[in-house]
Amino acid sequence: MTFLNFFISGISLGSIYAIIALGYTMVYGIAKMLNFAHGDVIMVGAYVCFYAVARYELNPFIGVVIAMIVCTLLGMIVERLAYKPLRQAPSLAVLITAIGMSYFLQNTALLLWSSNPKVFPSIVGRGSFKLFDGELSISHITALTIIACLVIMAVLTLFISKTKMGKAMRACSEDKGAAQLMGINVNATISMTFAIGSGLAAVAGALLCSAYPTLMPTTGSLPGIKAFTAAVFGGIGSIPGAFLGGLMLGVIEIFAKAYISSQLSDAVVFGVLIVVLLVKPAGLLGKMTQEKV
Amino acid sequence: MKKIFVSALLVLAMSACAFGAAFKIGGTGPLTGGAAIYGTAAMRGAQIAAEEINAMNIDVKFDLRYEDDTHDAEKAVNAYNALKDWGMQISLGSVTSKPAEATAAENFADRIFALTPSASSAAVTEGKDNVFQMCFVDPNQGTASAQYIGEKKLAKKVAVIWKNDDVYSKGVRDTFVENAGKHGLEIVSETAFADGNDTDFSVQLTDAKNKGAELVFLPMYYQPASLILAQAQAMGYAPKWFGIDGMDGILTMEGFDKSLAEGVMLLTPFNADAKDERTQKFVKKYQEKFGEIPNQFAADGYDCVYAYCQALAQSGATPDMSAEDLCGKMIEQFTTMTFNGVTGENVRWAKNGEVTKDPKGMVIKNGAYVGLD
Amino acid sequence: MTMRRLINLKRAEARKIYLTYAVVIIAYIVCQVMSSTKFLSSSMRGMLVPICAYMVMAVSLNLVVGILGELSLGHAGFMSVGAFSGVATAILLQGVIPFAPVRLAIAMIVAAIFAAFAGFVIGIPVLRLKGDYLAIVTLAFGEIIKSILNNFYMGIDSQGIQMSMLSDTTRLLPGGKLIIRGPMGISGIQKIATFPAGAILLIIALMIVFNLVNSRSGRAFMAIRDDRIAAESIGLDITKYKMMAFVMSAALAGAAGALFAMNYSTIVANKFDFNTSILILVFVVLGGQGNMLGGIIAAAVLTILPEKLRSFSEYRMLLYAIVLIVMMLATNNAEIKEFLSRLNPFRRKEED
Repeated sequence: MTFLNFFISGISLGSIYAIIALGYTMVYGIAKMLNFAHGDVIMVGAYVCFYAVARYELNPFIGVVIAMIVCTLLGMIVERLAYKPLRQAPSLAVLITAIGMSYFLQNTALLLWSSNPKVFPSIVGRGSFKLFDGELSISHITALTIIACLVIMAVLTLFISKTKMGKAMRACSEDKGAAQLMGINVNATISMTFAIGSGLAAVAGALLCSAYPTLMPTTGSLPGIKAFTAAVFGGIGSIPGAFLGGLMLGVIEIFAKAYISSQLSDAVVFGVLIVVLLVKPAGLLGKMTQEKV
Repeated sequence: MKKIFVSALLVLAMSACAFGAAFKIGGTGPLTGGAAIYGTAAMRGAQIAAEEINAMNIDVKFDLRYEDDTHDAEKAVNAYNALKDWGMQISLGSVTSKPAEATAAENFADRIFALTPSASSAAVTEGKDNVFQMCFVDPNQGTASAQYIGEKKLAKKVAVIWKNDDVYSKGVRDTFVENAGKHGLEIVSETAFADGNDTDFSVQLTDAKNKGAELVFLPMYYQPASLILAQAQAMGYAPKWFGIDGMDGILTMEGFDKSLAEGVMLLTPFNADAKDERTQKFVKKYQEKFGEIPNQFAADGYDCVYAYCQALAQSGATPDMSAEDLCGKMIEQFTTMTFNGVTGENVRWAKNGEVTKDPKGMVIKNGAYVGLD
Repeated sequence: MTMRRLINLKRAEARKIYLTYAVVIIAYIVCQVMSSTKFLSSSMRGMLVPICAYMVMAVSLNLVVGILGELSLGHAGFMSVGAFSGVATAILLQGVIPFAPVRLAIAMIVAAIFAAFAGFVIGIPVLRLKGDYLAIVTLAFGEIIKSILNNFYMGIDSQGIQMSMLSDTTRLLPGGKLIIRGPMGISGIQKIATFPAGAILLIIALMIVFNLVNSRSGRAFMAIRDDRIAAESIGLDITKYKMMAFVMSAALAGAAGALFAMNYSTIVANKFDFNTSILILVFVVLGGQGNMLGGIIAAAVLTILPEKLRSFSEYRMLLYAIVLIVMMLATNNAEIKEFLSRLNPFRRKEED
């Protein structure tokens, strides 16, 4: 039973990584950019949700919707001001700008909301489903996170494969030049990608802080890096890959803590990542891109 | 408009007066980044003390300045040098342990006296005659906790969860584990966490639970401790909890469910709920000014400035003295004087800079500290 | 590319190299004179050694990012290996070699060797990967190094060097000394790093990198960067060249780490985390990939900048972030670049 309990802990941690990784992977897949500020947009989303729920006593779901609106707007502004002017620049320049943006968001949060940690009220309460006479328990928030992941995954997949905008996104992802020639507004498409990615970040923020309820200006940065690792693990750019990568990363982390060493768990997690990438150089579900000769 | 003008003039006049005949006192601490809570609190505590002293009718006046070190030894030395350029005469060292170790070496080389509010690792004062601490040194906390748990027969089987990349947590854990046997404690479970994996504690808690630990010792700051308490409750594990001074502050977290901390014991030098006049005055001022209840770091910062005030007044030092002259006088004072502050009565310092004061055993009952005896 | 342009390019290249050396040497002399005449503030004086260390880091990472064209996000890991092995060496030699500069030099060489070895071991898997996957694996190795050093204990007693992992089980005999203490790192380091030593290390690093870049191997690096398949088709051993650049870069980072660590009385593994790796990457990108002088200047500017922003107190790091973003936009956006160059009255006529 201990084993199963650890497995469930791993899944609940992993589901949080997964939902953050979805945002990373989508932006990467379409804009080909590692948006290191994603974790900080998550933090902003969590703060907005916190204030809506704890200070203004709104319904948690309204809080999440407000957070989504704020984050979507934030994502669009950030994209317009910092990333769009660098569309033609080398990808490393954009990466560094994203890191600058990450510092900017963290320090703005510090000034606005102070460094004192806030305890986030769970959006679904702290209860759990008990199985096998209480031997196993799955908390409501874990269940909600997994459902949210699956729903978001399904909606994103449908959106990308069925709608006109989604097709434009895929076209941009394949070949920006050709997409432009086909009359697709590449700039608008990429902006749209950021808007969606940031909206997802708000949901991720609310779920992250419901599961692990302390909120500080640096809350987003470390889970952000872990989630980025998860996205690569699953094959960056692949939406199901991000989900799978996130869950696996969570389970590996918990198992490493439980059965190898709680002191070396990070080394084990990254070690597994390296081994996976050596065996499957594009991640678990990633596409190997054919090199043009 | 006129009023603003007058008050602006007044402020100008006051700062001018402070500028002329005030001791330049400087400290570094994390004011940005992940550890900003500690630095900001210590700075604010010191600010309140300096303001109070400057408003008093005594000869000692302070010109206080804090610089950001982002909890990094390199930046702390930069911040220290910036303070030196400003003309710092006496120093508040650094707020956190590793940066304080780096700046303490500079203090020692430059002969600028330092009294750190909260840098508690033993290496901070080691081998330096002019670096003193306001807080307990880490090894003492570990020893005192083991002794307390043993003597009060709180538990036999003990689990320890510590933060493996943190000097403070590791320092306390080491002496606790070393001394546990002496006081009849059996350590059944020892697990760690680190910066990147400080959200999920199910493994650590399960290990403690399965091995039958009756008490879990948490040598860490209150933010991860709050997560541990919440997750233990969710899994239905209710051992006794024992924390150290870093646990102080848990009750003041916005939105924290205080029932989670019910029964948590901790050794802390400061208690914001204490009924004595000194503490109440400080807490009230802090709340008025910053809208928050002060934690132990703020109290340490506050006490540091008052301890300086007492030492400077007794030694007859004047602000025109050089840092080196002041250093000599301060060493003399701090090794002989007794100080009463919000973090303890009859506080004394040993020659090596370590503080002796009585840790107060506290237990959290109905969302407030109650003295343990 | 015609023959004539190739020759021109070479001359321009040579000019750039001499310019780099000249700037470094002049800057060194100016700083040294200002420092000895007390003209330099304590704040600036205190930053001289770390700036040198960061400059060497920038040069070393530029070899991987700029010349080899691979993104590395774990460069601080090599710095860390160098810092710990170098400081440990210096402590072990304290009684043997009393003359500090020699001890420092030996410590830096040992640090470079250890870091080079780490670079070799890591290079075997890393260099099989490409692009962002390579980048994430370097990040992973950086984290692994940090995690291992946080659990590593080393001490010395009459029986020799004792080591242990996870907890201190070295069981040193009386009179022994624990040097590396897991998460507490190393304390009580003698501060033997000096500005002249830093300047010498920087010059050596530049000499190594320039020689490498302008040799047969250097041309191979760039051929691999610009077109891997073409390079392979003419029979270049890609792995060998990549490994060469990677190991060299790691060695330089190790030496820089030792220099950096011996400027402070204490060092911990957490200092060399992802953020430090990123900081060094920022130097390289801001200075221009492959541009050594640019990286060096960026390292100096970005180290001094947050100190100069201290007067803005709580807005300091916010302003730093804004300046960073604006600098990236100014150096990389075509329109802004065009606008800025129009402002510059000395701008050279656009070459065709």
